[in-house]
Amino acid sequence: MKKKLITLLILAACLISLTACGSQGGENGEVIVYNWGEYIDPEVLTSFEEETGIKVVYDEFETNEIMYPKVEAGASAYDVVCPSDYMIKKMIDNDLLAKIDFEKTPNAKEYIGQQYYEQSREFDPSNEYAVPYCWGTVGILYNRTMVDETVDSWDILWNEKYADNILMQDSVRDAFMVALKRNGASMNTVDEAQLQEARNDLIAQKPLVQAYVIDQVRDKMIGNEAAIGVIYSGEAIYTQRENPDLEYVIPKEGTNVWIDSWVIPKNAPNMENALKFIDYMCRPEIALKNFEYITYSTPNDGARDLIEDDDIKNSPVAFPDLSQYNGLETYSYLGEEGDALYNELWKEVKSE
Amino acid sequence: MKNTLRKLYIGLIFLFLYAPIVTLMVLSFNASKTRAKWGGFTMKWYLSMFRNEAILQALSNTLIIALLSSLTATVIGTVACISMQSMKRRNRAVIMGVTNIPMLNADIVTGISLMLLFITLGLRFGFMTILLSHITFNIPYVILSVMPRMKQLNPSIYEAALDLGASHIQAFFKVVFPDILPGVLSGFLMAFTMSLDDFIITHFTKGPGIDTLSTKIYTEVKKGIKPEMYALSTLIFVTVLVLLLLVNKTPSGKKKLRKR
Amino acid sequence: MNKKTLAFPYVFWSVAFIVIPLGMIFYYGLTDKTGAFTLENIATIATAEHSKALLLAAWLSLVSTAVCFLLAYPLAMILANMNVNQHSFIVLIFILPMWMNFLLRTLAWQTLLEKTGVLNSILAFFHLPILEIINTPAAIILGMVYNFLPFMVLPVYNALTKIDKNVINAARDLGANSMQTFFRIIFPLSIPGIISGITMVFIPALTTFVISTLLGGSKILLIGNVIEQEFTQTGNWHLGSGLSIVLMVFILINMAAEAFFDKNGEGTAL
Repeated sequence: MKKKLITLLILAACLISLTACGSQGGENGEVIVYNWGEYIDPEVLTSFEEETGIKVVYDEFETNEIMYPKVEAGASAYDVVCPSDYMIKKMIDNDLLAKIDFEKTPNAKEYIGQQYYEQSREFDPSNEYAVPYCWGTVGILYNRTMVDETVDSWDILWNEKYADNILMQDSVRDAFMVALKRNGASMNTVDEAQLQEARNDLIAQKPLVQAYVIDQVRDKMIGNEAAIGVIYSGEAIYTQRENPDLEYVIPKEGTNVWIDSWVIPKNAPNMENALKFIDYMCRPEIALKNFEYITYSTPNDGARDLIEDDDIKNSPVAFPDLSQYNGLETYSYLGEEGDALYNELWKEVKSE
Repeated sequence: MKNTLRKLYIGLIFLFLYAPIVTLMVLSFNASKTRAKWGGFTMKWYLSMFRNEAILQALSNTLIIALLSSLTATVIGTVACISMQSMKRRNRAVIMGVTNIPMLNADIVTGISLMLLFITLGLRFGFMTILLSHITFNIPYVILSVMPRMKQLNPSIYEAALDLGASHIQAFFKVVFPDILPGVLSGFLMAFTMSLDDFIITHFTKGPGIDTLSTKIYTEVKKGIKPEMYALSTLIFVTVLVLLLLVNKTPSGKKKLRKR
Repeated sequence: MNKKTLAFPYVFWSVAFIVIPLGMIFYYGLTDKTGAFTLENIATIATAEHSKALLLAAWLSLVSTAVCFLLAYPLAMILANMNVNQHSFIVLIFILPMWMNFLLRTLAWQTLLEKTGVLNSILAFFHLPILEIINTPAAIILGMVYNFLPFMVLPVYNALTKIDKNVINAARDLGANSMQTFFRIIFPLSIPGIISGITMVFIPALTTFVISTLLGGSKILLIGNVIEQEFTQTGNWHLGSGLSIVLMVFILINMAAEAFFDKNGEGTAL
C-alpha cells in the first residue's frame, strides 16, 4: 500500500513536471534558435511570434567553441544557429549542416549585399549553407584619458606602461590572431615555429593583462576599469555611446574580418520554421531594428538604406571601407589537428 | 572581556558573510546600469523586474525544480532510510557508500557524468534532465539528515504499537514518523536550498530555452548583470529572512518537536 | 509487505543516476576516440599544464580549507556554548546566504575588490593603500573561503554540541585545566566533524571553475577549468573524463578518511 502511495507520488511529480515542460509551442509549432549572447533585439522575437504564430525557444552561447560541441552532441536539437565563418566551415566539413532552400528565403536573396555572399565563399564555397547576419572586425578599444600616445598597432598590448590595464579576449583564435598578426604572420597559420613564437609572446604579455574576458570587456571599458581592450567592432558604437572617452582602432598590421551567419543544423526538428525565421531576420526593417539594438554592422543593404542618421550610415566604425586596410583576413577552419595544436598552446598560455 | 571578544569575533564573521549580500542589495537601488558607478537611488529595477518575462520565467523554473526535486528526494530518501534500518550491515554500508558519492564527488564530475548518461539515452535536454539531476544530488542530503534520527529510534516502540493492534501503516505514521520528522524537514530544507543554489550541475544538464536563475545569471555575467537580477535576489532574500524571523518568534511548535 | 522492498526506488535511482553515470566517465576516460582502451587520457595529468593546474588547485584549496578551519573552529566553539534554544536559528543564519545566488554572491566580491571597487573607494577615502588582489590567487582563496565557510562551521558545530557536558565536567573534576580539557577531550571528540568539514570544503574548492573564472579574471587555470573547457569548448570528452578520474582519487582518499574516523557511518555533515 505504502509502495503504491509512493509510486503514485512519483508519478504525480513526473506528471506535474511533464505539464510544466511539455511543448508550449505556438499554434504553428516552435523554432529553436541558438545565438550569441545579446545578439538580437528581444522585440524582434516577439513580433516574429505574433506574426507567424511560431514560438521562439531562444538559447545563447558565448563563443563558437562552446556552441560546437552542443550542436555536435545532438542532445539539444537546434533549428537555427549563428556561428562565425571558420566554425561554419568546420560544421560543413563534419556534415552537421543542412542546405538552405533560398527559394523560401526571398529576403535573404534580395536584401543581403552581394559582396557578403562573395566573402562567405571562403567558408561556404557555393553559398548553400549560410545567410549572413552580422559582420565586423576585431580591434583595439582604448580610453583617451588613460592612453596618451597614438594607438595604431597591436604592439600597445605589450607596452609595460599599461600593465594591469589591458583586457585580452578569452578565446583561442582571437588571442592568437593578435599575437600572430603583430609578428606579421597569418592568423590561419599552422606553422609550428610561428605558433610557438606567438605562444611565447602571449605568455610574456600575461603579466600585463588585467583579465581575459569575452563580453565583459564592454562593461569594464565603460566603467573605466581598464585602459585598453581587444573588442569586436560591433561593441564600439555601444561603448562610445555610454562612455565618450573610448575610441576604436583597427591596427595597421591588419586584423580579422568576420561574418556571423544563420545556418540550419541537419538534425533541426523544425526546418520550415527555421527558414521562416531566417527570412524574417533578413527583412530590412527587422534587420534595422536589430542593428539599432546590438550595434553590430549589418550586411543587409536594405536596412542600411533605411538608416536615417547619416553619421551612422557612413560611420567608418559601423561600415568601414575595408579596402583602406592592409592585412585583413578571415579565419579559416584549421582541421582537427590544427585545432588541437591551437588548443594545446592556448592551454599552455593560460596555465602559465 | 572574554564575552566582548567573542561577540566581536562573531560580528566580524557575520560582516564577512553578509558584506557581499549588502552590496547586492545596495546595487539593486542603483540608478546607473553598470556596477562601477553610483547613479542615485531608484526603485525602477523592482518595477521593470516584474515586466521582465525572462527573469520571471527563470524564477518560476528555479522554484518548480527546487520544490519538485526536494519533495521527490525527501520521499525517496526517507523511504530508503526506513528500509535500510532492517538491512544487513554490509548492504547498508554499500548503499551509504553510494549515497556518499554525489556528496563527495565534485559537482563538475557529477554534472558531466549525468550529461554523458542523458546523451547516451538520447534524452532531449530540458526541464526533465535538470529535474532528474537535481533529485539525484538532493537525495543524499535527505538520507544523511534522516539517518541519524532513525538510529536514535527505539525499535521496541514500533513493535509495541503493533502489539497494541496498530497496522504497519498506522504504527509508522503515528509512532515512527513524528520522531523522524525533524530530520525529514531539515533534509527537505537542505535539499531545497541546494537545488536553488546549484549552478554547476544545471549548467551541464540544461537544454535550450530553459534557464534557472543560476544559469540565467551566468549568461548575464558575461554581458553585464541586469540590475533587475539584483532586485529579484534582494526580494527573495528579504522574503526568506522575514519568514525565518517569524518562525523563530513562535518557537513553541519547534520546541515540542525537539523535546520528543 | 517487506520493509526491504521499500529500498527499491532508491536503489534503482542510485544505480541509474549515480553508478551508471560514473561508469560512463570511466568508459570515456579509459578509451580514445576510436573506442579502444587507453590510459593516455589519465596520463596527460603529468603534462606541464595539467599538473600545474592540478597542483595550483590543490594548493589554493588546501590554503582555503586551512583558513576555513581556523575561522570556523573558534566560531563553532562560541556558538556551541550559546543558548541551546537558538540551535536551529544558528544553523539557518549560515544557510541563509545561500538563498542569495552563489554566482551573484561571488560577483559581489568582484564589485567589492575591483580596482575602482567599493573596498578601494573606502580605503582611498581614508588615504589608505589600496588593495590589489582581484585577479590574483588571493582573490580566489577569498572566494573559496567565503563560499565554503558554512560547510566547515556546521559539521564542527554539530560535533561540538554532541559532546556530553558530563565528560567535560568529569575531566575538570579530575583536575584537568582548560587547555588539557580542550586538547584531550573536546578536540579529539570533534574530529569526525572536522573531517567532514574538511571534505566539504576541500573537494568543492579543488574542483571549482566558477570562482577562478569570476575572481581570477580567467588568468588562473585550475584543474576544474581545464575539465570544464575540455567538455564545453575543446569537445574532447575522453580527455575531460580521464582528468575527472584523476580527481576522483582525491575523493577516494576522503572517503577512506571518513570511514576511518566515523565508524558508525552516521555522517556528521548535517
